[in-house]
Amino acid sequence: MDSTLKKGGNRRDFLYLTAGAMGAVSVGSAVWPLVDSMNPAADTLALASTEVDISKVEVGQAITAVWRGAPVFIRHRTPEEIAQVRGEDWQSLRDPQKDEDRVKKAEWLIIKGVCTHLGCIPLGTKPGQPRGDFGGWFCPCHGSHYDISGRIRKGPAPKNLTVPTYEFVTDTLVRIG
Amino acid sequence: MAGSAKTEKFDNKTIQWINDRLPVFSMMQNEYGKFPTPRNFNYFWNFGAIAMAMLGIMIVTGIFLAMNYVPTGSMAFESIERMSRDVNYGWLLRYTHMNGASFFFIAVYIHIFRGLFYGSYKKPRELIWIFGVVIMLLMMATAFMGYALPWSQMSGWGVTVITSLFSAVPLVGDGLVTWLWGGFSVDSPTLNRFYALHFLLPFLICAVVFVHVWALHVTGSNNPTGVEPKSEKDTIPFSPYYTTKDSFGTVVFLVLFMAMVFFAPLLLTEPDHFKQFDPMQTPSHIVPEWYFLPFYAILRAFTLDISIPFTHIVLLTAKLQGVLAMFGSILLLLFLPWLDTSPVRSARYRPVYKWCLMLLIAAMAALTYAGAKPPEGAAVWFGRVGTFYYFLHFLVIVPWLGKNEKTLPLPKSIHEEVED
Repeated sequence: MDSTLKKGGNRRDFLYLTAGAMGAVSVGSAVWPLVDSMNPAADTLALASTEVDISKVEVGQAITAVWRGAPVFIRHRTPEEIAQVRGEDWQSLRDPQKDEDRVKKAEWLIIKGVCTHLGCIPLGTKPGQPRGDFGGWFCPCHGSHYDISGRIRKGPAPKNLTVPTYEFVTDTLVRIG
Repeated sequence: MAGSAKTEKFDNKTIQWINDRLPVFSMMQNEYGKFPTPRNFNYFWNFGAIAMAMLGIMIVTGIFLAMNYVPTGSMAFESIERMSRDVNYGWLLRYTHMNGASFFFIAVYIHIFRGLFYGSYKKPRELIWIFGVVIMLLMMATAFMGYALPWSQMSGWGVTVITSLFSAVPLVGDGLVTWLWGGFSVDSPTLNRFYALHFLLPFLICAVVFVHVWALHVTGSNNPTGVEPKSEKDTIPFSPYYTTKDSFGTVVFLVLFMAMVFFAPLLLTEPDHFKQFDPMQTPSHIVPEWYFLPFYAILRAFTLDISIPFTHIVLLTAKLQGVLAMFGSILLLLFLPWLDTSPVRSARYRPVYKWCLMLLIAAMAALTYAGAKPPEGAAVWFGRVGTFYYFLHFLVIVPWLGKNEKTLPLPKSIHEEVED
């Protein structure tokens, strides 16, 4: 068989390659269901949105809502707090972001209450809790300080507290998710 | 390891019948009976056998605990409290298993120290060492997942913090964490998979222990001189000499272990371990188990982002540095047989290496202290200095000493050393 002498491989090599490729595809498609079974299940995904009544949150107060098993902080900011975060130079921050881009209504700050370092819940929502050096939140696990816009100012966390998707259904009802 | 062609003759006919078909009895006699072993072992050589005993105890108590455990978020904490109070001897199974993890790590850490001191990782024993590092990694994963199962405040938040480490992975980090959790927070699906894996991994450990010991029986054991046995004068049969010595050491170790189980079972346990997990409330101070403290301190030792100067473009966040350093601190051990090029194995004949190793122990102690404290004040510096020395030791000092250390003269043989 002179085909075995041809440059760049013979029929046997071709069979090995195609069989190998088919084998790889088969193993991949057999493993994928196993891997994907570990992703959030349909019932977990179904809990993806929640509605919160914010009519009772006075100016200066904050509440914690539960969304997808984790806390969401809703703070009714005072005019002074808004003026304070908007007056600062945001471009030099670790995760530079304007306060205006983080809220839909200036007086309502809605952020996920999960520290972007290693997932602890920062303190500062309940009265009497430490609020850190920047008047927002303080994470007790590794000492991250967040300002009143939920932006990281000091400590190991790399990112600002996440703003979840939300919308104001009415003036006093927010749908998160 | 398998028996040779010429099999033994056994007096018992049943044994002979089995042995002709499957030579397990010959194998046991060759590998654990006559197996020639250096005659000069000290008590450090007990800790392999002790670790094996602990592995057995963990698997047996674990299986019986599993019979009463309910791996769901709403029931896990309660089922463990029920075990402690209502199940017959449940308290004994639980405390043995809880403290067993600590004593297993004590045995393994001493075993590893033995290897570092006497150069047991060197040629031709590199693979034995590598399998050992793999066993340690599997043990760490198993212990971490086991710590989640009581579903206490420490469990849930320990899981949150450690799994969140993976969010430091660029691009896919957040998706990876969601996949690990099976949801958007640490919840029942997370607990359930941790339980499945906590049950599986010990059997993988058994498999790696088997190849670890197999490879050991190919090269034979190292010994305190680090000089290979040269004649029959240097060795004694494993049984009865070391079966006796290992049994003695194991019994002493188990006495200490049981003293802890009976008289101070909660000595190493944080109070927050007795509160059910509340995903809305982080405890004020999260600490891992003592055997993870040095690595936790390495994780926290990095606090400055590395950026391109005069810009805000961050190349490596402090978080990612910490994560890489923590995993790197263990993975670099895999390369130790090639980082250390010294022809002399035992630190007995390496006057400088010996003291550097003692400094490493001091660094580990400093890291343990730093890992247990909140990240402020002196603890931060203990963590940084400890981390610095840890990497300096393995990546600079050990390779440098391998080429430049003036070692002491080695004994010609083990028996010459012993009989002097």
